[in-house]
Amino acid sequence: MVKVFIYPATSLILSDMVARFGHTPLSSAIAIRERIQTAGLESPPLQITPEEPKKGLKWAAVEVPAGVRGRMSLYGPMIEAAEAAIIINDADLAFGCMGCARTNELIKFLVHQKDIPKLELNYPKNEDEGVKFVAAIKRFLTGLGAAK
Amino acid sequence: MTQPVRIAQLSCGPEYSGIQHEIDEAAREVGGEIFFPDVALKDIRRDFDKFGLDVRSPDLKLAIARAIALVEGRVEADAVFIATCFRCAEAAIVRNELRRYINEHSRLPVVSYSFTERTTSGTLLTRMEALTTIARRRALLARETQKGLTLGLDSGSATTKAVVMRDNKIIGTGWQPTTEVLKSANEVIAHALAEAGVTRDEIQAVGTTGYGRFLVGKEINADLIQEELTVNSKGAVYLAGRQHGPATVIDIGGMDNKAISVMDGIPGVFTMGGICAGASGRFLEMTAKRLGVEITELGPLSMKGMGGRVPMNSYCIVFGTQSLVNALAAGSTREDVAAAACHSVAEQVYEQQLQEVDIKEPVIMVGGTSLIEGLVFAMGELLQTKIVVPPYSQYIGAVGSALLASGFIKDD
Repeated sequence: MVKVFIYPATSLILSDMVARFGHTPLSSAIAIRERIQTAGLESPPLQITPEEPKKGLKWAAVEVPAGVRGRMSLYGPMIEAAEAAIIINDADLAFGCMGCARTNELIKFLVHQKDIPKLELNYPKNEDEGVKFVAAIKRFLTGLGAAK
Repeated sequence: MTQPVRIAQLSCGPEYSGIQHEIDEAAREVGGEIFFPDVALKDIRRDFDKFGLDVRSPDLKLAIARAIALVEGRVEADAVFIATCFRCAEAAIVRNELRRYINEHSRLPVVSYSFTERTTSGTLLTRMEALTTIARRRALLARETQKGLTLGLDSGSATTKAVVMRDNKIIGTGWQPTTEVLKSANEVIAHALAEAGVTRDEIQAVGTTGYGRFLVGKEINADLIQEELTVNSKGAVYLAGRQHGPATVIDIGGMDNKAISVMDGIPGVFTMGGICAGASGRFLEMTAKRLGVEITELGPLSMKGMGGRVPMNSYCIVFGTQSLVNALAAGSTREDVAAAACHSVAEQVYEQQLQEVDIKEPVIMVGGTSLIEGLVFAMGELLQTKIVVPPYSQYIGAVGSALLASGFIKDD
């Protein structure tokens, strides 16, 4: 079993796929609803306090906005613990969405820096691409199992 | 029970900054209720494209969609609070454009704020109170003349002011530096009453504003206790004789600055704050002290100098004072240093705050600092306009309070 960081970290579909192949998803796994009635698209499930942006100083300096540092206090430890990662670029909002573009840039950069197996895909735009997309993820996750 | 004022929040980052509950708390304390306009995912995609600002953060796209839903009336609100992370350039652009968009296309009062994880409900309280006041008291704010015999008190961070008004005329004033809040208030009230030749019992209604408004208001049993953003706006356009149409009110205070875009005497967009004391009246007080003159002499002194000869443009009061000391040590004249200090404060306010409101003429400067003519001159130069300083401008909060309090006279 491998700990797999997923991006977007809120993607339930991706999180579920990782779990189905016997691995541990590192994610926040928040459902993106059809109607958004919370402050953000991925309003945190945890009790984020003003302490979290301070903890986020480990990954981003004090001149980085508090929202980025607060998010990093959540995702930074996941990236550190990750043994593999799946990154989906330009994902549809409904697939999973993280509200802050600056955090997203930092997360992807930190994942790229890590010497771990990675799969990076663009979000599919049609059915054909969708089939290939799922197949690629399946191959990657199966391969991780074999590697272990 | 009074219905809470519904304040729509458009934001990016407050939850992950850990300050969402501070925003909620500030609104609750002044009878407001924060809510997030309900939009569908498909609205976000459509409205974001329609707005045309190509930002990358999904939460900013959500804020844009929510703003459009408010303007188009798909979601009802009484006021709008826009909040994004301090130091985020992308968010600052969106914050500014949304504020402008809502102001131009609706009558909803808007306040925008950039927060850090240190933002507290206390910091937000006056802004939230102004939003709820505008939403709740439009009829009161529409009042154009003062009637009867009323008292207005402004318990400010640096000075306490009182005025007594009778039938649309100021008949008594009192002013002193704020020391003990209640003691200062009682003394200026006594002075204003004595000058007006009336007794406290004759006063028909009382209004308070400023930092000490709740404490003093409770003590003197005020009919109206109201934050200084709406009160000062009202006082400014009243004293300047510009109650109809647009105006911009600038109040550079001892502890914070206010820039308010007003329409028919009612604030539409406003900012309050000041990143550092280098942009406050406090810096001018320190300058006067260092130059060995009274604050009242700083204005005339600065008008004799050339500010451009002395480099001084710090946000920080400590660094600003260093520039001042260095300039004097290098042989600069007191006049040039005084002019540079005035220009420096005007420039900081211009750069930090006036970019957040739409400047519309007339520009009215009020508060004690409006009597420092070098500061008014410098602001006029920066804005390329003639600044209006109304009579009694240093009593603006007290006059606004006395004017609005007359709406509480029983037989009125």
